[in-house]
Amino acid sequence: MNDIITIVLFCIGVLFNLFGCIGLIRLPDVYNRLQSATKCVTLGTCSILLGLLFHYGFTTIGIKALLAIPLLFFSATVAAHALARGSYLFGVKLTDKTVVDDYKEMAETIKNKHKGEKNALSEDQRNS
Amino acid sequence: MKYVIYIVIAFIFWLLITSSVSPAILLTGTIVALLTVGLLGRYFVDDVYRLFQLRRYYWFVIYLFIFIWECLKANFDVAYRVLHPDLPIKPGIVKVKTYLKTNIGRTTLANSITMTPGTITVDIIEDYIYVHWIYVSTTDPERYTEKIAGRFEKYIKRIFE
Amino acid sequence: MDKLLHLLLYIQIGLAFFCLYRIIKGPSIADRMVGIDIFGILVVGICAILAILTNRMFIIDIGIAWIILSFIGTLTLAKYLGGKKLNE
Repeated sequence: MNDIITIVLFCIGVLFNLFGCIGLIRLPDVYNRLQSATKCVTLGTCSILLGLLFHYGFTTIGIKALLAIPLLFFSATVAAHALARGSYLFGVKLTDKTVVDDYKEMAETIKNKHKGEKNALSEDQRNS
Repeated sequence: MKYVIYIVIAFIFWLLITSSVSPAILLTGTIVALLTVGLLGRYFVDDVYRLFQLRRYYWFVIYLFIFIWECLKANFDVAYRVLHPDLPIKPGIVKVKTYLKTNIGRTTLANSITMTPGTITVDIIEDYIYVHWIYVSTTDPERYTEKIAGRFEKYIKRIFE
Repeated sequence: MDKLLHLLLYIQIGLAFFCLYRIIKGPSIADRMVGIDIFGILVVGICAILAILTNRMFIIDIGIAWIILSFIGTLTLAKYLGGKKLNE
């Protein structure tokens, strides 16, 4: 019985990973790719790890797999957020289909702040 | 007080990933837990007494189920958009206001938004969360605030604040 | 059962090649970083399937370590993209 559950969870996981990777290839710009890839691949891998837990029960390896799930969740979401913010500040354009963009002014302010800091820093170095 | 609790949590985590109780491993675990919390403890949450209020766990379990359900919905949503031949996307970045005040509450809200259908958090500045949305169905601020953040905010407020 | 697991393993490795395509072809540097991030998560899945196939315990340890290392790597690269200094 446990074997069947394990196999089903593994198949679901690999299927979701497949969807995520297709999205990575097909979608038009960085942010959309990040959306599809992060969601699908994270949940797919969580499903595979859950299958591992079902196969071994609460032994050492099962508990390790269970422990890996929240780790994976937090690291994947935080990494996706950091990548989205970083690529916007780097100046990657949104795709042509985009309807609204409320972040533009804020990004300009942040960029100017960074530039100011850098200039101040280089002046400091020149003075010293 | 705060540091003691974090040291205990770090030590339990160490025991779970090593899963053995030989003296050498216990000693290493103690040293590593002390080092970690001593170096990084000041970044963690201050109000540890909330860990002992049991009703927060009750709301946490309810929240967990809602979150998993939204997660599954998100995956089928992405699968539909990716496999559709015309790629039905209409992306945009919108600004969502939140009334959560603590840092951990905002972090949890941002992480939840990232895992729910079609939205990903780009930045948090003051009270506003900037959200990249794969299919902008409405441009009315009140309606999309309710749609994106409203379903989690009330639970997170009960868990962390 | 073993055959099915082998098949799943090969599919998962094939998916890693999707990511490699994005890393090689990606028009901007940010696309490449997304590819690297997703590649890191896929490797954890490969580790889990290998652990159940070979019945060895240490492979899942590699998976956990890989999660943390790929997380730190992605964060560093993202900071570099955002134009911040690394100590912020």
